[in-house]
Amino acid sequence: MMKFLQKSYMFIIFALLYAPIVVLIVFSFNDGGSLSEFTGISLKWYGELFRDEEALTALKNSLILAVSSSVIATIIATFAALGLHHMKNKLIKGTITSITNVPMMNPDIVTGVSMMLLFVAVANFIHAKQFFGFGTMLIAHTTFNLPYALLSITPRFNQLDKSLSEAAQDLGCTPARAFFSVELPEIIPGIVSGLMMSFTLSLDDFVISHFVSSPNFQTLPLYVYNQTVHNVKFSMYALCALIVAIILVILLAVNFTGSVNSKKKSKGGAN
Amino acid sequence: MKSRSVFQRLAAAPHILWMILFIVAPMLFVLYFAFTDNEGHFSLSNISTLSQYGNVFVLSIGFALIATVVCLIIGYPLAYFMSRSKPSTQKILMVLIMLPMWCNLLIRTYALMALLDNGGLLNSLLESLGLDKLYIVGSDAGVILGMVYDFLPYMVLPIFTAMTKLDKRYIEAAHDLGCTGIQTMTKVVIPLTMSGVISGVTMVFVPSISTFYISQKLGAGKIDLVGDTIERLFKNTSTYNVGAVISLVMMVLILISVWIMNKFSDDEGGVII
Repeated sequence: MMKFLQKSYMFIIFALLYAPIVVLIVFSFNDGGSLSEFTGISLKWYGELFRDEEALTALKNSLILAVSSSVIATIIATFAALGLHHMKNKLIKGTITSITNVPMMNPDIVTGVSMMLLFVAVANFIHAKQFFGFGTMLIAHTTFNLPYALLSITPRFNQLDKSLSEAAQDLGCTPARAFFSVELPEIIPGIVSGLMMSFTLSLDDFVISHFVSSPNFQTLPLYVYNQTVHNVKFSMYALCALIVAIILVILLAVNFTGSVNSKKKSKGGAN
Repeated sequence: MKSRSVFQRLAAAPHILWMILFIVAPMLFVLYFAFTDNEGHFSLSNISTLSQYGNVFVLSIGFALIATVVCLIIGYPLAYFMSRSKPSTQKILMVLIMLPMWCNLLIRTYALMALLDNGGLLNSLLESLGLDKLYIVGSDAGVILGMVYDFLPYMVLPIFTAMTKLDKRYIEAAHDLGCTGIQTMTKVVIPLTMSGVISGVTMVFVPSISTFYISQKLGAGKIDLVGDTIERLFKNTSTYNVGAVISLVMMVLILISVWIMNKFSDDEGGVII
């Protein structure tokens, strides 16, 4: 009886959580273009979406921005983690970590506004007319990716045996070479997860982008926002349905390959 | 012990430079704008205009608190039941709770609005059943519902993680020592999952108090929260200064509440040990 009640509770909450998304996906195939009456199955909104230049450009911009900001953030964070790992002064180390975490703790809107004020001030100072765009977006995205990248790489360094790098240097490696051939291979998993996390955060961000973008550089979330401000084109439902479907596939793939990999690893361990 | 090489010394330099330029400097600019007028002269007039926004702050804090409490009441049992299901089911439930988190917030808010809107599916269903329409979109309840719907997964996931780390033998021991089900819950399970609750509460409260998309869509533009106010003030160059003050107040407010909550969780940890 208890088990049944627990299961029905879980079922109800999950059903409520998914109801809007399911309705959205179903009605993206609605021929009539109404949200309350289903008149017939059609792919016309999807067709319209793929003919929409603006949406395709926004998708391209989003991908370029996500790749470049996550790569830059991860590279900076990797070297930062190395530097912090070998740093002896606890006070400086603590200060750096807490300041890095500020964008993670602050509400997005405050981070966005503060970066916008910086860019406005710089633009006024150099009398630039077209200052906002890809550059400001790249800086903002790299900045809010940094704490997450650092957070996934630092624990790897902490697990590392310090004497390994020292041994490599005793055997004639330069410190840089010791890092690249001894420490780096060990922290690769942290780097990969930092990269993935930054990539998804960047792809997903709306609030910070909203304040530092310009109309000539629009990402996908900004496009969705602009489309939903006033009357909504029905191709928006198609876009949302597509995004949900892609995320589901990625999530299932990650979970599936994850379990395959761990099986492989445990097998390898047994050998 | 070897002394640090130049390479190791300089490795963190780009990060520190980036931090100063793009985290510290923007914060200083918020301070600068908050304490100057339009011409850039020092001024406290922005601070005095804050009193006009008192009720906006109260409303936002109230909404965010209600949303957080509702999320906790719904999410805690959910996380508990999830952690008690079979390991294979747990994995599927994890994907189910994470999928909405990976979905863009705009899309989920928009989907909810489309469902609840006056001409939406819910109301046309109610109408065909001969019932009265529910005007949720545009009401206070609509905005709070939107917050709960959008941020519930952020409450469930950390609590669920804390639950899975909880040693099941503690629960068995409590039962063996004569605890009733409720006593086990209040004396063992809840204190040991407090860290999950704290991070869940933070992860719901902070985005709730600063949102503007949810109140725009589910409030139909009728409800003005701090987020909406900041967003509006930064659309116009002449109101940047007032916007900066409000952002500053919100930042301080949140840093204080996060600090209190961390303090609280530390104390709890101390009690358990």
